[in-house]
Amino acid sequence: MNLVEGIFVKPFQDMFGAPDFLIQVLWEGLVAGVLYALIALGFVLIYKSSRIFNFAQGIMVVFAALTLVGLYEKGVPALLALPLTLVVMFLLAVAIERVVLRPLVNQPDIILFMATIGITLFLIGFGEIIFGGENKVMITEQLFIPTGSFTFEPFGGFVSIEQKDLTAVVGAVLLVAGLILFLNKSKMGRAIRALGDDHQAALSVGISLSTIWVLVWFIAGVIALATGIVWGARAGVSFALEVIAFKALPVLMLGGLESVPGAIIGGLAIGILEKLFEIYWGQPLLGGNTETWFAFVFALIVLLFRPQGLFGEKIIERV
Amino acid sequence: MHGTEPAIDPATPILSVNNIEVIYDHVILVLKGVSLTVPQGGITALLGANGAGKTTTLKAISNLLHAERGEVTKGSIVFEGNEVQALSPNDLVRRGCIQVMEGRHCFGHLTVEDNLMTGAFTRRDGKAAIRADLDLVYEYFPRLKVRRSSLAGYTSGGEQQMTAIGRALMSRPKMILLDEPSMGLAPQLVEEIFEIVKKLNEGQGVSFLLAEQNTNVALRFAKYGYILESGRIVLDGEASALRENEDVKEFYLGVAGEGRKSFKDVKHYKRRKRWLA
Repeated sequence: MNLVEGIFVKPFQDMFGAPDFLIQVLWEGLVAGVLYALIALGFVLIYKSSRIFNFAQGIMVVFAALTLVGLYEKGVPALLALPLTLVVMFLLAVAIERVVLRPLVNQPDIILFMATIGITLFLIGFGEIIFGGENKVMITEQLFIPTGSFTFEPFGGFVSIEQKDLTAVVGAVLLVAGLILFLNKSKMGRAIRALGDDHQAALSVGISLSTIWVLVWFIAGVIALATGIVWGARAGVSFALEVIAFKALPVLMLGGLESVPGAIIGGLAIGILEKLFEIYWGQPLLGGNTETWFAFVFALIVLLFRPQGLFGEKIIERV
Repeated sequence: MHGTEPAIDPATPILSVNNIEVIYDHVILVLKGVSLTVPQGGITALLGANGAGKTTTLKAISNLLHAERGEVTKGSIVFEGNEVQALSPNDLVRRGCIQVMEGRHCFGHLTVEDNLMTGAFTRRDGKAAIRADLDLVYEYFPRLKVRRSSLAGYTSGGEQQMTAIGRALMSRPKMILLDEPSMGLAPQLVEEIFEIVKKLNEGQGVSFLLAEQNTNVALRFAKYGYILESGRIVLDGEASALRENEDVKEFYLGVAGEGRKSFKDVKHYKRRKRWLA
C-alpha cells in the first residue's frame, strides 16, 4: 500500500504542495535537456546527410572545449581563442572528409561507423598530446558569460536561476533557430536535406558530396563547441565529458535518427523527465542516482511501442 | 541498312561514347563495347529490353557508376571535348551534362519548388537568373506551379517525372540524359512528357540521349536510334529507318509480319562492334 501511494499519490502531492520547487526542478531538467538536444542534433545532421552514425560526436564536444581552454592557457586571449577554435573545428571537418570519409565512400555503413570510433581514439590521443590530459576549468568569465543568479519568489516560495544556465538556454535556442533557418532557406541547407532524402539523385543533380560533408561535420563541430562550453562551465573540461554523449543515444532512439525536431523535443523530454523522476520517484523510492539509467529505460519502453522513435522520419509511400 | 553510319554530321557531336566496357564489382561485365554519338541539338534514343545496359550506359556518361561500384574499364566518353572519366558528377553538371534518373528520384521530403531549386546547385550566376529559370520551368510545366508547395513525395507519378525533368533544367543543361521517362505513366502522360522533351529540344536547344523501353514513342520523337542487346549495340540508324526495319518491328514494336514464327527462325544478333573511328 505504501509503495502504491509512493508511486501514484505522494509525488503529485509533493509537486503541488511546493510549486516553487517543482519549477526549480523543471528548469534544471530543461537546461540538461537543451544540452542533450544539442548533442543529438549533431548526430542527426551527420546521419541524415551521410548515413554515418557518428560515434565521435561526444569526443568532439570534449575536443572543442579542450581546444578553447587549451588555447587560452597557451596565452591566446579568450575572445580570440573562440574564433580560433572554430577554425580548428573547420580544419578537423576538412581532414575527416579527406582522410576518412572520401576513401571509404560507398563502403558498408558498419565500416564508416568503425571509422568514427577510430576518429574518437585519435581525438583523445591528439587532444592529450597537445593540451594535456588533466582536468581544466572552462573560461566562463573570460568569455563574458554571466555567473550570478536570478532569484524570484513565486507562490511564496523560492526559485533560483543561474545566469550561465539562462545564457546556455538562450544561446542554444538561437543556435538551433539559426540552424533550422539555414536548413530550410539556404541553398546549402536544401542540398543537405536533398542528400538525406536521395543520395543518388543528389549526386545526379551535381550536389557535391565533399562540400556537403565538410559543411555538415563543421556544423557538428560548432554544435560540439557550444555544448562543450556550456557543459564545461557546469562540470569542468575533461575527457569524462564524453560520457554525456551517450545520453544522446536514448534521445536519438526517442526522437528518431533522422529528425531534427525529434532531436530537440527528445532531448528536452529526456532532460526534464529524468530530473522529475529522480526527485519525485528516484530519491524517495530507489535511493536516488536514477539519472544515469532512467533515459535508457525510458527509451527502451518507447521503442517497444514505436520502433521508429517518436518522430522517426515518415516514410512517404504512394499507393 | 544495318551497317549505315550516322548520317548526321559527325564532326560536332556533343557527346561521343567510344567502345566502352563497364564492369560492376570487378567481375560483372555489363557493357561489352558500346559506341554511340549524340549530335549537337539532337534527340537520340537508346533502346533495348530490361537489362540490356541502357541505364548503365547513361550512368557511365554521367559518371554516377562509382556509387554502384561500377567502373568503365575500356574506351572513352567525350562530352564537348572533355574526357568524362576525369570529371566528377558535379563538374559534369556544371559543364551542362545532367542525368534524369530512372524512376524519377525526386526528393520526397522536399517541396516541388525546393526540388527544382536543388537543380541549381552548381550555378554561380546569381539569384535573379535562377529565379528566371524557375519561372521558365513553370511555363513548361504549369502543373508544377500549382503543386509548388506540396511535398514531392505526395505528388503523382507524372508530376514527379515533370519535377525531375524540371530539376535538371534548372542546371541550364546543354544535354539531358533521360532514363525511362515513360516508366509507370499513363500513355497520355507519356505523350505529354515527350512533347515537352521536343519543345525543350527545339526551344532551348537541349540535346537528349533517351533510354527507353517504349520503342514506339521513342522512335517517333528521336531523330536517331541505337538498339542495345546484352551490352552491345546491335543496330543503329535514323529513327524513321528503324521504325520501318523488319526486325525492329518484330522484336520491339510487336508488329509481327505473318503470323507466329517458329523459334528456329528467331534471329539473334551477332556481336557487332564499332571500333574507335
